[in-house]
Amino acid sequence: MKHARIILEGRTHDATEQDGRLKLADGRLVGFDAVTTWLPPLAPTSRARTILALGLNYADHAKELAFKAPEEPLVFIKGEGSLIGHRQKTIRPAGVTYMHYECELAIVVGKTARNVKRADAYDYIDGYTVANDYAIRDYLENWYRPNLRVKNRDTCTPIGPWFVDAEDVPNPMALALSTTVNGKVTQSGSTKDMIFDAPFLIEYFSSFMTLSQGDLILTGTPDGVVDCHPGDVIVTEIEGIGALVNTIA
Amino acid sequence: MSGASTFLPRGTVYGTLLNFRREVDAWQPRMDKTPYNAAPKAPVLYVKPANTWTPSGGAIAVPARVPEVEIGATVAAVVGEDGEVAGYVLVNDLSIPHESFYRPPVKFKCLDGFFGLASGLRSAAEAGEPSQFRLTVKTNGAVVQTIDFAEMVRPAARLLADIGEFMTLRDGDWLLLGLDITADGRRPRAQVGDRIEISSPGFAILENSLVAETAA
Repeated sequence: MKHARIILEGRTHDATEQDGRLKLADGRLVGFDAVTTWLPPLAPTSRARTILALGLNYADHAKELAFKAPEEPLVFIKGEGSLIGHRQKTIRPAGVTYMHYECELAIVVGKTARNVKRADAYDYIDGYTVANDYAIRDYLENWYRPNLRVKNRDTCTPIGPWFVDAEDVPNPMALALSTTVNGKVTQSGSTKDMIFDAPFLIEYFSSFMTLSQGDLILTGTPDGVVDCHPGDVIVTEIEGIGALVNTIA
Repeated sequence: MSGASTFLPRGTVYGTLLNFRREVDAWQPRMDKTPYNAAPKAPVLYVKPANTWTPSGGAIAVPARVPEVEIGATVAAVVGEDGEVAGYVLVNDLSIPHESFYRPPVKFKCLDGFFGLASGLRSAAEAGEPSQFRLTVKTNGAVVQTIDFAEMVRPAARLLADIGEFMTLRDGDWLLLGLDITADGRRPRAQVGDRIEISSPGFAILENSLVAETAA
């Protein structure tokens, strides 16, 4: 099932997708265009959600950025304040020269995970969504790189529109992934080309830190990132998960 | 603070790299060299996620592969509903010692329990200007470090303003004002069996013990 969180008529609702419409908990069916605001499709957590984000996790993207593929995951942590939902606006700071999207499969952790073995990793995944982990390369500095000024800006991590139950994604490691800018395809790849795949990442992170229900792992992006300008409509899409629409402001 | 519930952050805990003069001075000769190639311009931040949080009095488990940890005594500014600093808390940002600041420090700083936090905040009105803060760090009762917050490179107000240029610290978020080093050029170290105490006049004390992690 595909789950969303939306604001409609001033109230927040959990909803599921049904035949191209949204079914609310009270049984009402509403069209997508009736939604006031799409929120990140994630249930609130009692403590701040941990958002692990991978860099250079596709060999072609690492090459594109002139890095050799890493021997262990390159990971940073984002704050929840950077997240926004589907069909929202992301701000390009004035005067920057290179701001690019990153279409990423986001893993949503389903239960407390510590010292999980690779073979059991899928038991700890609740489902998936699409994240667009924008980067503003003008602000890159070689201190805890990628530094949060590049990666943790307000509005710069759209996520959604759907949280898709894991049982509906039989092989998350073979999903087509693409981005369009104003309708033109600029990025296309497959999650099968990840250097460190979902089971590896669950095993790796849970070997030194406990993951909790609702934590996110953004799994990196393949080759094909381009500069985005105000007015551009960016659609990051993953097969079977959803098409996340965002507009640069 | 109410006694019924444990005092924990409501939002995200951010740490600040290189914000004390002595450590910045020590790094200066390396800043222009590879892989850094330049001194940092904007504040460099990291996150201490929820799995790291240990209330005062709690034991912190250290994995057998980690012979000693770095004590990261500092003060967290706690952001309130109005976006202003509501108060300050003593904290201990523990790390596995690491020599490089090139890549984000997740595997060094985000182990379970590696962030001690005192049991309550001191209101901003009562605490006054953070540059007046003085912290004392003890292990097993012996003073191992004193920290003078007049030595901050970016004083709290400037740090908050510079961060605000690129992201919003939200209601309930915490910002660590930075870690200092001692005269020997590093942070104090501690190991399993040690009791670490961080105190400052007027603040709730922070005390944690390091214990051996039990095998999984």
